[in-house]
Amino acid sequence: MAQGSTKVERQTGGAGGPDFKASMATRYGLDRAFTVLVTVASLVGIAVLAVLLVDVIRDGSTMLSLEFLASFPSQIFPENGGIYPALIGSVWLLGLTALISVPLGLGAAVYLEEYAEDKRINRIIEINISNLAGVPSVIYGLLGLGIFVQLLAPVTGGGSVLTGALTLSLLILPVIIVATREALRAIPGAIREGGYALGATKWEVIWSHLLPMALPGALTGIILALSRAIGEAAPILVVGVSLYQTYATAGPFDGYMALPTQIYDWISRPQQIFQDSAAAGIVVAMAVLLLANSFAIWLRNRYQQRS
Amino acid sequence: MAIRAEGTRSGTDAWKRNSRAREARERVIKVFLTACAYLSIFTTFGIVIVLFEETLRFFLEVSVVEFLTSTRWAPTQGDFGVLPLVYGTLVATIIAIAVALPIGLLTAIYLSEYAPSGLRQWLKPALEILAGVPTVVYGYFALTFITPLFRDSVFPGIESFNAISAGLIMGVMIIPTVASVSEDAIFAVPRSLREGAYALGATKRETATKVVLPAALSGIVAAVILGISRAIGETMIVTIAMGAQANWFGSPLEGMQAMTAYIVQVVGGETPRESVTYKSIFAVGSALFLMTLVLNLVSYWFVRRYRETY
Amino acid sequence: METEKTGRERKVSEVSRDQRDARKKGDGAAPGDGLTLGMKIQDLSAFYGSFKAVTDVSIDIQANKVTALIGPSGCGKSTFIRCLNRMHEVIPGARAEGHVMLGEQDIYAKTSDPVVIRRRVGMVFQKPNPFSKSIYENVAWGARINGYRGDMDELVERSLKHAALWEEVKDRLKESGHGLSGGQQQRLCIARTLAVEPEVILMDEPASALDPVSTQKIEDTMDQLKQDYTVVIVTHNMQQAARISDYTGFFYIENMGDPGQLWEFDETEKMFSNPERKETEDYVTGRFG
Repeated sequence: MAQGSTKVERQTGGAGGPDFKASMATRYGLDRAFTVLVTVASLVGIAVLAVLLVDVIRDGSTMLSLEFLASFPSQIFPENGGIYPALIGSVWLLGLTALISVPLGLGAAVYLEEYAEDKRINRIIEINISNLAGVPSVIYGLLGLGIFVQLLAPVTGGGSVLTGALTLSLLILPVIIVATREALRAIPGAIREGGYALGATKWEVIWSHLLPMALPGALTGIILALSRAIGEAAPILVVGVSLYQTYATAGPFDGYMALPTQIYDWISRPQQIFQDSAAAGIVVAMAVLLLANSFAIWLRNRYQQRS
Repeated sequence: MAIRAEGTRSGTDAWKRNSRAREARERVIKVFLTACAYLSIFTTFGIVIVLFEETLRFFLEVSVVEFLTSTRWAPTQGDFGVLPLVYGTLVATIIAIAVALPIGLLTAIYLSEYAPSGLRQWLKPALEILAGVPTVVYGYFALTFITPLFRDSVFPGIESFNAISAGLIMGVMIIPTVASVSEDAIFAVPRSLREGAYALGATKRETATKVVLPAALSGIVAAVILGISRAIGETMIVTIAMGAQANWFGSPLEGMQAMTAYIVQVVGGETPRESVTYKSIFAVGSALFLMTLVLNLVSYWFVRRYRETY
Repeated sequence: METEKTGRERKVSEVSRDQRDARKKGDGAAPGDGLTLGMKIQDLSAFYGSFKAVTDVSIDIQANKVTALIGPSGCGKSTFIRCLNRMHEVIPGARAEGHVMLGEQDIYAKTSDPVVIRRRVGMVFQKPNPFSKSIYENVAWGARINGYRGDMDELVERSLKHAALWEEVKDRLKESGHGLSGGQQQRLCIARTLAVEPEVILMDEPASALDPVSTQKIEDTMDQLKQDYTVVIVTHNMQQAARISDYTGFFYIENMGDPGQLWEFDETEKMFSNPERKETEDYVTGRFG
């Protein structure tokens, strides 16, 4: 055997041989330090969120009461003021935005996943949607200002809650489309073939099989998108939300107040009482959002466990 | 009609399918769905037309050169040099990225390589909630908590409105964006690559930082660019906590105005529709739109690149 | 491909715990005598959670020989070979019991550090998995993290030559390892493994994803390798096993759901001409599997 000579040539001596000298103690020291670093870093965001919640609850506790929820804001007696019209306005915004954006978003997603054949146009739409998702919300405000407030004023009533909802719908459509497409894509092709093999048309397969199966996944995206929409202040400030009005919104063509803009209005006033009102308003808004987010996340976890 | 033998077939009479109506319905539905998909194209066109129409009118009254090169922004005095607003936006953005890049990236590494699955199930939703906090809330927090904190500790001379508090909190706001896009990219790195590193005697950190991270690089770049784009477009934090006074080359401890904040300031006041000031928000909006558009396209390109690799 | 897609579970917490245990003993250096070592495996069982995938394997891997492991799909060959350098435990929930002696050291002893073990027992995987780095860096990286003090250029060249890749890549060492063909990538992975100068090289079906020409090249390399290294190779290809190996182990599952076991182990010549057990004969003559 020619082993003897080759081995000499090789000149290795096991792990402790002359050529490999990395100190395991040093390497593990670095490993441990890095583990601590990534762990701490991942908790920074959560820590800030916790401090923020404690801070607003402390600041807002003086104003927070059931009456605060049921009263109109007041310039003269701010300590008796509340967020009732803003709350009602936000509910209107939420409802109308959902009515507009959900069918449109589902429709676009179904088209792109199930119908679109022209690869090039499909790709253009895809890039376009991913771009729209990154357009700043204040730009959507300017779009709404140009189209819904001015151009379509006879239809929308100008600065109405409908205009606000239309603007927010355009803002969140990309999110809904992306979420729904992912849910549709996760459905195995065998389901479609099974439907067609029974003589079902495309739409029949989509309506009775694909949409119901995609819904839980899409719903998570929809809820997150809607909760983002009602938290937005910038676009509705641009399309004419009221910062003060003496009536609660009662129809789609009425003016409206909204939670985030009410909070913004209070923050921009110097007196302490308004700062406290803002904090109380934030507590209410955060409670609503945490609830909506938790529900969406719960829904997704449940759905993921089953599939 | 002959009596049919008992069998498994019901005969043609039993099938009442009206294929013509069915086909018509299919066509109508397809038209509706196509319209939904094309709405996104119309939205983009809408944005471009609305922005550029008013911007053109603005440039009939203010020269493009002045807008792009002058360092004075004082609409009430007819000074329309956009650079101070761009400066405000960039200062806040740089501070935000300085926070969000390291923390977001380390969070992504922790989530994909280190976190026990139980903890991970809590951490990811918590980050999503962080991303869902309304920006007015962050603005309030920067103004009433972070700035006083700085004043009482490291920066006694800090102004009530300042770039550093706004930037820091904006950084916290975009941590989830950077973390989740990076984590997707890190996650897409095949397991076999990690095993290859382990099989050579690499430790966990060596594997994560020297094999996995470089492999995920283009996705991480995409995450950072997306984060920058978010920061540039963010409105309420800078409106509330950074101020409404354009400030060319001001220090981060001073107040300054961002592009987005200017738009909100103008629409909040009673500005007549035909005035130059009103048109100027569309010019600023156009600049903002173009900046984020370029960033979004670049980021999209990077994401596609790593998707193609694996 | 699909094993990589399912990857949400690819946590490696096991590894870090073992690293902690091993850290106590400092450098983890093992006594090296300059000789190539064989492995002595005693009663090795491997688990995925509560599922026992391989049971009670005892086998002596001879130094400077090629040992081939054959058997039908799913009988635990790959699981077994991954136990020989503690790669098995990288999969969450996976663990092994028993003893694997590398020279005088039990690699499953509390004091054994998996990181050090894996340097000494290298592994080439089924699918080529070059790093997203240049060809040069792919080879040099492992040696560098293990603190190689010699001439790196020389080591890279020597390793690539050993893996029969040098001539094809010597003019483009700075280019990405991903730009190579599948067969070249696999030889790059072999070179990368050689560069940390292990004592044993494990190969898990290294040619199964390759074309015949590349397979031939890798088989040629293997003949060279056994002069310097102990080689263990899992293969589905009976001809390959017969051609390249000195010893052959046959893995088999008697009944569905049972763990895989080492059914027969002997010199390759004997295994392919005159095996002791009927199942072995059926398999090597291609009657099933």
